[in-house]
Amino acid sequence: MDNTTRYERMRERYLNGDLDRRKFLGLIGAAGLAYGVHTPFARQALAATEQVRFDGWGGVVSEAFRKYAFDPYTEKTGIKVVDGTFGGGDEYLSRVKASQEGEYNIAHLSGVFDYARYANLGLNSTLNEANIPNLKYVIPKLTDVFRSVTDGTLSCVPYDYGTTGIAYNRKYISDEEAKEKGAKLLIDAAYKGKIGGWSDWRTRVWYASLQTDQDPNDATDMDAVWEAVRTNRDLLLKYWQSGAELMSLLAEEEIYVTEGWSGRIYALQEQGKDIGYIDPPNGFGWQECLFVIKGSPMEACEELLNFMLAPETSIAVAEGQNYPPALDPTKVNLGDKIPTLPAFDPTGKLDGLTFANPGYWNSHEQAWSKTFGRIQKGY
Amino acid sequence: MSVEARERRQPWILLSPALTAIGLLLFVPLFFIVVYSFWLRTATGADQVGFYLDNWNEALTDPFYRDILFSTLRIAAITTVACAVLGYPAAYFIARSRGNKALLLLLLMLPFWISYIIRTMSWINILGVSGAVNWVLLNLGITAEPIQMLYNEPTVILGLVHFLLPFMVLNVYVALEGVDVSLEDAACSLGSTRWQAFREVTLPLSLPGLAAGGLLCFVLSAGTYITPLVLGGPTDAMYANLVFEAIITQLNWPLGSALSLMLLGVLGALVLVYNHYLGMGQLMKGLG
Repeated sequence: MDNTTRYERMRERYLNGDLDRRKFLGLIGAAGLAYGVHTPFARQALAATEQVRFDGWGGVVSEAFRKYAFDPYTEKTGIKVVDGTFGGGDEYLSRVKASQEGEYNIAHLSGVFDYARYANLGLNSTLNEANIPNLKYVIPKLTDVFRSVTDGTLSCVPYDYGTTGIAYNRKYISDEEAKEKGAKLLIDAAYKGKIGGWSDWRTRVWYASLQTDQDPNDATDMDAVWEAVRTNRDLLLKYWQSGAELMSLLAEEEIYVTEGWSGRIYALQEQGKDIGYIDPPNGFGWQECLFVIKGSPMEACEELLNFMLAPETSIAVAEGQNYPPALDPTKVNLGDKIPTLPAFDPTGKLDGLTFANPGYWNSHEQAWSKTFGRIQKGY
Repeated sequence: MSVEARERRQPWILLSPALTAIGLLLFVPLFFIVVYSFWLRTATGADQVGFYLDNWNEALTDPFYRDILFSTLRIAAITTVACAVLGYPAAYFIARSRGNKALLLLLLMLPFWISYIIRTMSWINILGVSGAVNWVLLNLGITAEPIQMLYNEPTVILGLVHFLLPFMVLNVYVALEGVDVSLEDAACSLGSTRWQAFREVTLPLSLPGLAAGGLLCFVLSAGTYITPLVLGGPTDAMYANLVFEAIITQLNWPLGSALSLMLLGVLGALVLVYNHYLGMGQLMKGLG
């Protein structure tokens, strides 16, 4: 528990009449004494760490982090936060793999799948959760799935979640048609040359599983899946590489339908584009986390994670990037905008979302990424 | 130390910083890539150190890589020919113009001040469904619907030509600058037409520049991966995209190393052939 929360609780007890004034002031004095004795040493302990490197997706998210987490953190600890960006998880993992231990510290990673990849490569750390009191606000289901990968410990804190659903231009495709066809809209020959697709093998295999009426976390007929991937490829205008490209292709009407990231599609809708968005049954749910890489200064990183998980920071970032935060809406008031975001679950149980089973996907990663690479190029 | 010995040593002393830089920045990383190509990627993504020929076996025998390599060489060849056809008249015009050469050369260099990626992406605003060309066609009533012009092989070639044309023009320009104009006049005074004088005198004398420009354009286009990513369709990948994918997406650095060495080998062989027939001197002139 941080000092502010401790003070607020004590004040609440005092205002409720559970503490008399003398005891309240006495406890405040004791806390002040303890803080005064402790702080110089704590500062000394953290002084060895001059900076922490954070890498994320850039844009409005970085701005929100800077304003609500990094600057207050630097003010309190004196530790500078170096803010880097990356274009994609794969590219970032290559950079980390090529780096010296400790060069990269915290990353805003996508999915449990990435978490497992880092763990498999021995790049994970073990967080001391006592140093991250704000973790108590996080939806338990989101932390549980990470714990299952790293034997009950955490190397990250969950931060936000979203879906990869189907986005379509309402000028050409009605809501009824999208709902009726679902994932099969992406292999509808009527839209040949006007379909887009993410060049990510996981997403392709996931949607091909849905198109062949299979469980995306346990497809049994892979021949049918690859055939659906080929069918989709032959109807595509382009495999897009980034969120910016996805938005540009949809906004410029180069494509009418594609799978897309819920937050990016919401951003298009906010800009006034008439783009519909649905999550088909078993649509692709995912979560992002703040991952601490092995060799990082753990205490400094844990304190920064605590700043980043503070409700005001999480909410500001969530409103900026249009993905619901990992905070449990039954414990934290998330304001007005977040409940309107796609994929938002007011119950905090996330039962409506299907997440990738990391064991299943990791066990096929090597073979399937290669096979998709070939199919993508016309084979 | 004798004067001769000192004179013999002097060039090496002067060259030593450059040689050290080349050694550290080119040969040492290349050595690492060679070593990597014999390792293996394990199922978890970690590298297995050892001496395995699996990556080389795959790179050399798998028709997938061979086909994409041939496709890449074909695209590079078309790009080179297009650059030559478009670049030669421009270089000729600059070389023969009077007074404003510096300005023309400056204009030629201007695109280098803008990022290659931005230049490539600019074609989306020109040829896209909502781009400038479609806007004109629609507003003039020439077409009722926007024409789909992007994301195919011709747009990849267009993007490459846009990127590489200045390299060709500069090389040809340097060669043409070295051709004495009075030779053309002499040919004309002996009865040939202007076209004959160009074909029989100027063109052959400028061929080394054309070849140097061609080599640069070919090598650079065969090694590109940004242009097909931005302007290509689903099946327009080039060989460098395979290297990128192996290293970045699949985290298979050993296979990526073998593939990149394959491409280096093919392009290196081409440079050796060029050097054998024309020498590297002309290339240096063009780059200078």
